[in-house]
Amino acid sequence: MITFVPRDKVSKNWTIIGPILSIFLTVFFGLLIFTFLGYNPLETLYQVFLSPFSRIDRISDIFVKACPLVIVGIGLMLCFRANVWNIGAEGQFIMGTLLAGSFALLFPSVETKFFIFIMMVIGFIGGALWAFIPAILKTKLNVNEILVSLMLVYVAMLFIDFIVRGPLRDPMSFGFPLSKPYPDGAIINKIPFPGIGYLGQLHYGILLILLLIPISWLFVNKTLSGFKINVLGSAPKAAKFAGFKQNTITITVLLISGGLAGVAGVIEVSANIGQLQPEVSFGYGFTAIIVAFLGRLNPIGILFAGIIIATVKLGADNAQMSMGIPKVVTGLFEGILLFFLLTGETLQKYKIKWLKDT
Amino acid sequence: MDALMLTIIATSIPLLLAATGELITEKSGVLNLGVEGMMLSGAVGALGAVLWLENPYFGIIAGGLCGVLMASIFSIFTINFMTNQVATGLGLTIFATGLTGLAGAPLVGKTVPSLPKIEIFLLSDIPFIGEILFKQDFIAYLSVAIIILITYFLKYSKSGIVLRAVGDDHQSAHSVGYPVKKIRWYAACFGGMCAGIGGAYIPLVLTPHWSEGMTAGRGWIALALVVFASWIPWRIIVGALIFGGITIAQLVGQARGWPIPSQILSMMPYLATIVALTMISGRISKSNSVVPASLGKPFFDTQ
Repeated sequence: MITFVPRDKVSKNWTIIGPILSIFLTVFFGLLIFTFLGYNPLETLYQVFLSPFSRIDRISDIFVKACPLVIVGIGLMLCFRANVWNIGAEGQFIMGTLLAGSFALLFPSVETKFFIFIMMVIGFIGGALWAFIPAILKTKLNVNEILVSLMLVYVAMLFIDFIVRGPLRDPMSFGFPLSKPYPDGAIINKIPFPGIGYLGQLHYGILLILLLIPISWLFVNKTLSGFKINVLGSAPKAAKFAGFKQNTITITVLLISGGLAGVAGVIEVSANIGQLQPEVSFGYGFTAIIVAFLGRLNPIGILFAGIIIATVKLGADNAQMSMGIPKVVTGLFEGILLFFLLTGETLQKYKIKWLKDT
Repeated sequence: MDALMLTIIATSIPLLLAATGELITEKSGVLNLGVEGMMLSGAVGALGAVLWLENPYFGIIAGGLCGVLMASIFSIFTINFMTNQVATGLGLTIFATGLTGLAGAPLVGKTVPSLPKIEIFLLSDIPFIGEILFKQDFIAYLSVAIIILITYFLKYSKSGIVLRAVGDDHQSAHSVGYPVKKIRWYAACFGGMCAGIGGAYIPLVLTPHWSEGMTAGRGWIALALVVFASWIPWRIIVGALIFGGITIAQLVGQARGWPIPSQILSMMPYLATIVALTMISGRISKSNSVVPASLGKPFFDTQ
């Protein structure tokens, strides 16, 4: 019989051991399920976890895939730290993309690359507005933000589908649900490397991560606002006692996370797709939830988490092509990983003790 | 008119079952956000069982068992390992989406026979009402029976009162000597069973084949229904029928070519959920005691 005994203080060791052990346990249990369902575990292991590292252009694609996950994950980190459960980042991603994309299509001949910054601002506003709905309902009427933000994902998916098949459809698209291509100024270029050319899809958009991570690190660790967010999440009573404005914090973290999801959408579409289509997100908003947790709600952790999860996503694509495994299996690994990570959090606070049966 | 009512009822049954199960889970103080995942696994389990054993009734059993299996995973982590319930529930849905995608892949393109209708002797001959209420399938009758039993259980039985006590104040319930963790395990597994059977209803009656993510947010709407019903069982019936009605109304609208784009019509159930949650929020203000007081809080038993 196992029981838990509270620790005197939070274990530093488990903060590091937890995620690493979780990854190993996830691989083990994941492969167990694959074996059980009749797939070759070794080939699955190779395809899902190792094949993305097999060529240099594949490695750079990991960073491309990690880019939206990290940006959305940073936003969600703020929410989850404040104990605000925004699980609708997928919808905010879509609405940010849609608003910025519609704006870009108004200027078919714009060429200056400065335009992309305007699009990011508009994408931020679009995502933030979509997150403002659960924010205002939560703070004014105490409506559960989990359900509202999630319902708005379905609404956003249907809405972009409507826009791309209806008002914004390109008459030259031969019946495909696609908008006109973005103008040159709205396209994020790939990074050329002297002597090598392009590395996979590696584009300038990932530079934003290099900016975002230090800023968000400073924000959560060195500013009063960051401190208030932490207190609200970990000790709501203390926050109230200290006179922190709970509603303001809730609205702020939702707006920032919605906005960042919108920015991630702008970068993803401007760099990789170049026009609007019914599906722009491919589940980034949901996967980023796992990324935020795997990264221990910490900017640097989220960077590594984004890279790990992006690897698995790309590996799953490869596994689908070579083994016919449906792409959704990444969810299997993500779910198990989340279970173990959360258990690791318990072990930070509690020691395991073996009780003899009496 | 008969046919319309029948489709509305059929659409609301999965919601009804899943929401009822979640109500019991939440009454014990456990918030399981994995309803969508449990419904998906119930759907895939039911399809697999019916294809294998060629009897739709095994689909009900398999669906329930798959739901219980998923709820057990949830319970191990949240109740025994004291993990965050919100995050674990989300994880369960993500996990189940992946698992059912994998398990359902060989089932794609296969169809199963529908669950037979059972006519209740004499009652089914009553005009209109008989057609709607007494020529239903087994799960429909089961769901009504569950609602009645649950109402009685929560209000009048001793175990029901213990369950509510555990959900309202787990420390006190523990110090009086009730096994908090065990009761929560049972409640969560009951929730899983209901969600699993509700999920099974989708392939067994509504659309007789597998497609990835075929529950399409019904699990989340069921969660909203529990709030909408303010944790009172019979109100779930009302809520589920309203949502069934809205879903069918937008389908009818699409079929009849209303001058509203189909995507906008398809948004209706989701928008209605938000509206319903907003309307009910006034009544569930913090001063009100309808919300189980320990909902979502992990329980640590001091030894």
